[in-house]
Amino acid sequence: MSNSIFTRKLALSDEILMAVDKPARYIGGEVNMVRKNPREVDIRFCMCFPDVYEVGMSHLGIQILYDMFNRREDTYCERVYSPWPDMDKILREQNIPLFALESQEPLKCFDFLGITLQYEMCYTNILQILDLSGIPLHATDRTEEDPIVIGGGPCAYNPEPLADFFDFFYLGEGETVYNEILDKYKEHKAKGGSRREFLEIVADIEGMYVPQFYDVTYNEDGTLATFEPNNSHAKKTIRKQVEMELSDTYYPEKPLVPFIRAIQDRVVLEIQRGCIRGCRFCQAGMLYRPIRERNVEFLKDLATKMLRSTGHEEISLSSLSSSDYSCLKELVYYLIDTFQNDGVNISLPSLRIDAFALDVMNKVQDITKSSLTFAPEAGSQRMRDVINKGLTEEVILAGATEAFKGGWNKVKLYFMLGLPGEQNEDIKAIAELSNAIAKTYYDTIPKSERKGKVQITTSTSFFVPKPFTPFQWVRMATAEEFMDARKVLSGAIKEQLNAKSIKYNWHDTDVTMLEGVFARGDRRCAALIEGAYKDGCLFDSWSEYFRNDIWMNQFEKTGLSLEFYTSRERDKDELLPWDFIDAGISRSFLYREYEKSKQAKVTPNCRKGCAGCGAAQFHGGVCYEPRNEAGESISNEVLIPDC
Amino acid sequence: MNVRVRFAKYGAVKFIGHLDVLRYFQKAVRRSGLKIAYSQGFHPHQIMSFASPLGVGITSEGEYMDMELTAEYTPQEIVDALNSAMVEGFTVLSARILPEPENGRKRETAMSLVTAADYLVTVKENDTFFTTKSLEELNDAWVRFYGQESIPVVKKVKKSNTETGMDLKPFLFGAVVGTEVTEAADISLPAVTAHNNDNTFYEVPEIPDFAAEQKELCIEKNLFSVVLRVSAGSANNIKPELVMEAFVRFLGCEDPEALQFRIHRLDMYTGENPELTRL
Repeated sequence: MSNSIFTRKLALSDEILMAVDKPARYIGGEVNMVRKNPREVDIRFCMCFPDVYEVGMSHLGIQILYDMFNRREDTYCERVYSPWPDMDKILREQNIPLFALESQEPLKCFDFLGITLQYEMCYTNILQILDLSGIPLHATDRTEEDPIVIGGGPCAYNPEPLADFFDFFYLGEGETVYNEILDKYKEHKAKGGSRREFLEIVADIEGMYVPQFYDVTYNEDGTLATFEPNNSHAKKTIRKQVEMELSDTYYPEKPLVPFIRAIQDRVVLEIQRGCIRGCRFCQAGMLYRPIRERNVEFLKDLATKMLRSTGHEEISLSSLSSSDYSCLKELVYYLIDTFQNDGVNISLPSLRIDAFALDVMNKVQDITKSSLTFAPEAGSQRMRDVINKGLTEEVILAGATEAFKGGWNKVKLYFMLGLPGEQNEDIKAIAELSNAIAKTYYDTIPKSERKGKVQITTSTSFFVPKPFTPFQWVRMATAEEFMDARKVLSGAIKEQLNAKSIKYNWHDTDVTMLEGVFARGDRRCAALIEGAYKDGCLFDSWSEYFRNDIWMNQFEKTGLSLEFYTSRERDKDELLPWDFIDAGISRSFLYREYEKSKQAKVTPNCRKGCAGCGAAQFHGGVCYEPRNEAGESISNEVLIPDC
Repeated sequence: MNVRVRFAKYGAVKFIGHLDVLRYFQKAVRRSGLKIAYSQGFHPHQIMSFASPLGVGITSEGEYMDMELTAEYTPQEIVDALNSAMVEGFTVLSARILPEPENGRKRETAMSLVTAADYLVTVKENDTFFTTKSLEELNDAWVRFYGQESIPVVKKVKKSNTETGMDLKPFLFGAVVGTEVTEAADISLPAVTAHNNDNTFYEVPEIPDFAAEQKELCIEKNLFSVVLRVSAGSANNIKPELVMEAFVRFLGCEDPEALQFRIHRLDMYTGENPELTRL
C-alpha cells in the first residue's frame, strides 16, 4: 500500500468543486504541468490570462513564458485564470483567496503576478484577479507583502488606462529581458531591498515602464499637455524589446494539455513573428515588425516533439500571414507526410487561397465540411487601398473559382465597417462582392454537379483605431454611424440576386465603443474601469455578462466623455498617451501612411520594397534580406535554396 | 490485437467528466507511442471504448477501456507504455489481450459485457444525518434494510425528466458494511473469477490502495461505510447514490441534503450474478 499517491492538495473543497460549472478549471494537474516545491525556489511567478480557463489556456505567449521561467531552477512559474462568475461568487462569499493552479496556494504569497493584456474588454477581469487575491488595486497602495504586478502583451502598447493598477509594464517580447529582471529581483530580495527600490532597478532595464514614476498633465481641452518622468531612473522613452533570434530561443517542447477542451485544442507552432503586409488598421502588423521567420528545421523538430509530448491530434501553424513564410510548402508537406498516418490534422489559418492552399486543404480537410475563408476587410477596391489590404477582387474570385472546382461550397468573408472615409458605395460593395462570389459558384459549377446552394457567410466587425497604426489619429465612427452602416449593408445584401445564398452576421456596437475608449484612452480612464468593476462589470467580452448601462453610468460619474476618446480626430502634433513608447516604427512613418490612406495610395509590402518604417533599427528579419536592384527581397532564392 | 485495460481514477481528476476522460485517453495513447487502430474516413477516430462512464466526483480503481492496436505487444508493454503517459490521478493497473471472437460473431465490448459493479461508499465528516447515529445502530439498520423483501425507490429518468417507481432489491447483488471485502463478508459478496497472470494478462505488482484516505477517516472517526455490489451496464445501471437514498429513507430521513458521502468504484464484472467474472 502506498500513501504517496495524493501529492497535491486542492484549495477548494469537494462541495465547492461539485457545485460549479467545469471544476477542471480550478484543479490544475494537467498533462505537462510543471511540479516544483515552492519552498525550494527563490522566485515564485504567477502568470495570468484574465479570462476564463479555456480561453487563457489557448494562449501561446503564456506557454512560452511558463516554459522559459520554469527552466530556471530558482523560479517556479504557475498559472491563474479568471474564476467564472459562479466561482467568483463562492470565493467572495466564503472569503477564499484566489490561488494558483499548480501549488493551489494564494496569489498573495507570490513574488510576481504577470498579467497578459490581449484585448481591452478583459480590463475588469484584471481587477477581479487582484481583488480576489487580496492585492490592492492601486500599485501605490501595495506593500512589501504584495506581489509585483506586471502587464505585457499587445494592450501594453497603450498601458495608460491601466497605469494605476500595475507596478510595471513589459514592452516587447518576453524572451528578451525577463531573465535579467528575475536575476535582479533575486539579488535584490537577498539584500532585503524595498519594493520601491526594486521598481527603480526595473525602470533602468530597457523596455520596462513603471507608471508611478511619471506625471501627466492635461490641457484645458482634455488632451495631454505633458508626460514627464518624476524619478531619475525612469526613461523619457521606453523602447520595445524584440527577440531577433527566433530559431534559437525559448519554445515549449512540452506544452500544457488541459483536461477540458480549450479554444485551441491543438499544438500551436508559431512559424514567424510579424507581418510584411502593412495593413493600416492592423496593430499586430505594426507592433511585431520586423517580420522574423523561424528556421524550417527548427520548426520540424519542434512540431515532432510537441505532437509526441502532448498527444494532440491537430497542429496549427500560427502567424499573421502564413503564406508569406518562405518555407511554408516544405514545412506543410513535411507535416503531412510525417504525421497524417497518425491521424494528425493540420490547420492553416491566415492562408492565402491559391493552388498550394487548395492542395493542402484537399489533403487535410473534409471538403464537405470545411469552408474557405477570405478577409478582404473592405468591400470596394478604393477602400481596400485606403487600408492597404493588398487583396483584389480578381484574386478572391480566382481563389473561389478554383476552390469551387475542388468541391468546396462554403465561404466565410470578413469585413470591417466604419473604416476611415467610408462611403455608402463602399458598404454596398461588401454585398456586391459577396454576391459576386456566389455568382462565381453558379457560373463555375454546372447545375448537375451542385450539392445544394453555395453558402456565403459575410461577417462584419466595427473598426476600432489602435495605437501605433497609421489610423491612431483618426476619428472612430459613432455607435449610430455603425448602426447605419450595418443597416445599409443588410439592405444591400437583400437586394443581391443571390441574397438567399448569403448569410450576414455582425458584431455588437456597445462593446466596440468601449474598446475604442480603452484602445486610445489615457490615465483618467482607470476610473471608468474601477467604477464599472465595483458596480458589477466582469467578463465584458462575454455578451451574456456585458452590462452597457453600468459602463455608461461611469462616464456620468467621472465626467469623462466617450466621444473625446473615440469620435475625435487627433491633431497631427497632439501628444498621444502612448507617445513615450518607441515601438520601433516611427511616428513620421505612421503619419506618412495615414496621409497616403487619405489618397487611397497603397504601400508595397516589406519584401517588395522598404517603406522606411524604422524597424530596420533591430538589425534583422526582412529588413536585412538580400535585395535586387529594384529593392525586392530575394531571400527565398538566395538564403534557402531547398525551398 | 484487441486489449482491455483496467485503470484507476483518483484524486483531483475525479472532477474530470467522462467525455474529457475519453479525450485524455485519446491523447495519452498517442503520447504512449502504442500503435492504435483508426476508423476510416475524413475524421478518423481511435478504436477505443469505455465500459461505463464514471460520475463526476467519484473515484475508481475499476475502470475499463477496450482498444484495438495495430502492432503486437505483450500485456506488460501496454501497461508500461500507457503509464509512461499518465498524469497523477490516472494509473493503468492491468491489460488483457482479448481472444478473437468465434467465427462470424461480433466482438463484445466492455460496454456491452458489464453487468455488475462494486462500490465503496463512505460517509463524510460534514454529513449531518449519519453522524448523529452510532455505528452499531447504523450497521444493524443496514442488515434490516438489506434483508427487506423489496426496496421500493423512485428513479429519475433523465431523458424525459420524469420519475418512475422501481424495486431495487433484484438489482442489489450484495453488500458488506465496513470498508473492506472481508472473508466474513463472502456470504453476501460471492467471490468473482479473476484473470491469471499469463501471456495474455498482466497486472501491476503492487496496486496502491486508492481509497486509503477515505477508509482511514472512517475508521478513525467511526463513520459508516459499506461495500455495495449492484447491477450495472446498459440495462439496469444502479447508482450507489440511489441505494444510499433508499437506506436513509428507510431510517426516516427526509432531508437528502444532510447526507454527505464519498463513492469509490472498486471493480466491474461480467456474467450473471452470482457467477461474475472481472471484466
